[in-house]
Amino acid sequence: MAKTLEAVDAVVIGVGMSGSIIAHELTKAGQKVVGLERGAGRNTVPDFQAPAMHDELKYSVRKGLMQSAQNEAVTLRNNTDQTALPIRRWQAFLPGTGLGGSAVHWNGNIWRFQEADFVLKSHIEKRYGKDFIDPRLSIQDWGVTYADLEPHYTRFENLYGACGKAGNIQGKVQPGGNPFEAPRSTEYPNKPMKQTYACSLFSKAAESLGYKPFPMPSCTMSQRYTNPLGLTMEACVMCGFCERFGCEHKAKASPQTTILPVLLKSDLFELRTHAQVQKVQLDKQGKKATGVTYINAAGEEVFQPAKLVIMSMFSLNNVRMMLLSGIGKPYDPKTQTGVVGRNYTYQTISGAQVFFDDDVRVNPFMASGSTMSVIDEFSGDNFDHSELGFIGGAYLYSNITNGQPIGFHPVPPGTPRWGQEFKQAMLKHYNHTVKLGAHGSSMPTPTNYLDLDPTYKDAWGQPLLRMTFDFTENDIKMSAYITSKLEQIGKAMGGKQVVASPRKGPFDSNIYQSTHNCGGAVMGADPKTSAVNPYLQCWDVSNVFVVGASAFVHNGSYNPTGTLGALTYHAAEALTTKYLKSPGPLVSL
Amino acid sequence: MKKNETEKEEAVDVGRRTLFKAAGLVAASAAVSSTVATSSAVADIPPHHDMKATQYVFLHPAEVTFLTAATARLIPSDANTPGALEADVTNFIDKALASPWGGGSDMYVSGPWKPGTPEQGYQLKFTPSELYRTALTAINKQLAAANTPFDKMTQTQQDAYLTKLESGSVDLDGVPSAIFFSMLLQNTIEGFLADPSYGGNKDMLGWKAIGFPGAYVSWYDLADKHGINLDSRTANPISMANAPKHDMSHSGKGE
Repeated sequence: MAKTLEAVDAVVIGVGMSGSIIAHELTKAGQKVVGLERGAGRNTVPDFQAPAMHDELKYSVRKGLMQSAQNEAVTLRNNTDQTALPIRRWQAFLPGTGLGGSAVHWNGNIWRFQEADFVLKSHIEKRYGKDFIDPRLSIQDWGVTYADLEPHYTRFENLYGACGKAGNIQGKVQPGGNPFEAPRSTEYPNKPMKQTYACSLFSKAAESLGYKPFPMPSCTMSQRYTNPLGLTMEACVMCGFCERFGCEHKAKASPQTTILPVLLKSDLFELRTHAQVQKVQLDKQGKKATGVTYINAAGEEVFQPAKLVIMSMFSLNNVRMMLLSGIGKPYDPKTQTGVVGRNYTYQTISGAQVFFDDDVRVNPFMASGSTMSVIDEFSGDNFDHSELGFIGGAYLYSNITNGQPIGFHPVPPGTPRWGQEFKQAMLKHYNHTVKLGAHGSSMPTPTNYLDLDPTYKDAWGQPLLRMTFDFTENDIKMSAYITSKLEQIGKAMGGKQVVASPRKGPFDSNIYQSTHNCGGAVMGADPKTSAVNPYLQCWDVSNVFVVGASAFVHNGSYNPTGTLGALTYHAAEALTTKYLKSPGPLVSL
Repeated sequence: MKKNETEKEEAVDVGRRTLFKAAGLVAASAAVSSTVATSSAVADIPPHHDMKATQYVFLHPAEVTFLTAATARLIPSDANTPGALEADVTNFIDKALASPWGGGSDMYVSGPWKPGTPEQGYQLKFTPSELYRTALTAINKQLAAANTPFDKMTQTQQDAYLTKLESGSVDLDGVPSAIFFSMLLQNTIEGFLADPSYGGNKDMLGWKAIGFPGAYVSWYDLADKHGINLDSRTANPISMANAPKHDMSHSGKGE
């Protein structure tokens, strides 16, 4: 029998980027909030301190900060004809765990989606005609517009100290920024970071081809910055241990550096770590959540009653928690009905390597997670697709973010995997190779979805999430086209060999691509095709909100964090200004 | 031996290629392409390598003998740079196998176990330490029965045998030899290039060879000096053990 605790106003499941923001907004509105975090508590000091943090083997190779695959894995199949099997080691994507979530070990790239992204179906039909969209794609409008989200993007960028150069302020194109970006109300709070050699090689080549390169907008700091909550981050020192690592230096925006020190001081907030939520409990009618049941560190079952439940876990875990709790109708690919698990998307990433002669010293270890130079000409709908037979695109970038040698030791194709020739190639090319990337969109299709696995269980006896996913023909075509543009830039960089690798199927769980797992509990204006309404409120259970990239209807060409931050503030505003005044559905049908 | 398949590989993340990819890529023919084959036996460990100084906590002596000779072929020593042998890669592997990782701490280890598609990744029941023990026992047994112990082979014979393992054509008591080989290769690269606190990369020989300066705290002042020659730094890398303690009260640069 579960131990029942005293009721609180709100429970937040997952104290990462979104959870910390929502919890903070709710406490500001006078709500008593409990934050349940399945992982450990941790902070910049002592947990992320050097030299122990500068350990490639522990954190990058062995994935020291990630969700324990031993406790909770995901099963995978490329299509419904296969039997899903557990991904026994994280490789293709790396879900985080612990206080601060994945925002502790991200690279810090921050973007806004395009105006067209939020009205994708309407936009594509208007520009190219109704017949243009591949009927196998389940794209749709998001139920929210860029204009709705702009103030929330700005709030998030101010909180996280985004560093960049605006390309479009209130419709006026700004020199040095991204000329394709959606109009911003203001300049970035911080200037762009220093540009490394790899950035400059890419920029020069891109300019020579007529493109307009700009520095990657980053949440690794270009200078000391104090955010609106009065918390100060330091300038990034480009130590080269960024993605997959915690920042020792308070130079990367994370919940620890931007909001937790304030939230944790609030009398209205209580953090409970090692709290593994099993399900959100519903009333007899299944219309209202009554609280959540979790297993604490000692293995005891605990029921925490609450008036309001916020799911703010990693996208995949949000979807799984909805399914485990019986909230929303699970998606059925046979009938293409139901909404929970529908429109799971990923990120279609491809790359190129440019091998230089010995006189070009890249020094790849001098970098932050976001020291990149970028062009946006081929993202989203920034170019004419009418003759191309696909939708979507990718931004192209120089991709030297660290030089840790176990993970980064490029050798030209044809080099033996081992032996003297391999060794010589590994030593020869280490400091003379630049990686380039194409960061591409991912379009939803009815055959890519998430549900509960019928066979495999987690350490607490609950079904694992089952992922049925392969790259769509649309995205494979997109990658082939875009990667050829990347190869042209590579050739213009002056290297002696360029090796381009467009994305090909099937989706392979062995190869790291991105932790941009999106969708599965998508937002929208129609409850038949969305799991949550435009305020991220569950259609069926109005006191549950699901905040995450799980709400993305498709994944754009950009890193999702900025858009997730904007959606989080958008949901928080609806919660505090509308829902708390009159609890109930915010959208009536 | 197999070539690096960059067309299959991810240029965006070269080197993080799975250890287990080979399971799905059994080579039709595995040609021996070693360019350094010699006819002389390599049984003798060089005198400067004092094996007595190393205390092994997982590996048996016969396993140490095989791994020391095998890893020396995967990353060989040459006139210019040391290899796996000098970097003490066998010691790294020993400590890794005795660590939680060796026991499968980063793996989902529950059944049922079924063979999957290559894209589904590793699906064997073996943890790394179980996989090594099973494979090494089988290898040493098979080679002893044939009276061809690995460390008594010529380099050419050794490379041919490793190529056979790599191709997946040897049954190692239930461990597909291609999977064992890929794990051994990955661990050898790790042992050559991981921080020395894990028992390999002795004296930071691997880092010096590749030109990685190690756990530097800050590159702020040099990051925009494009193409700067840092040979003096990379010749003297910093490990976790010899890094200066970082003072968080330090305010950083550029404020």
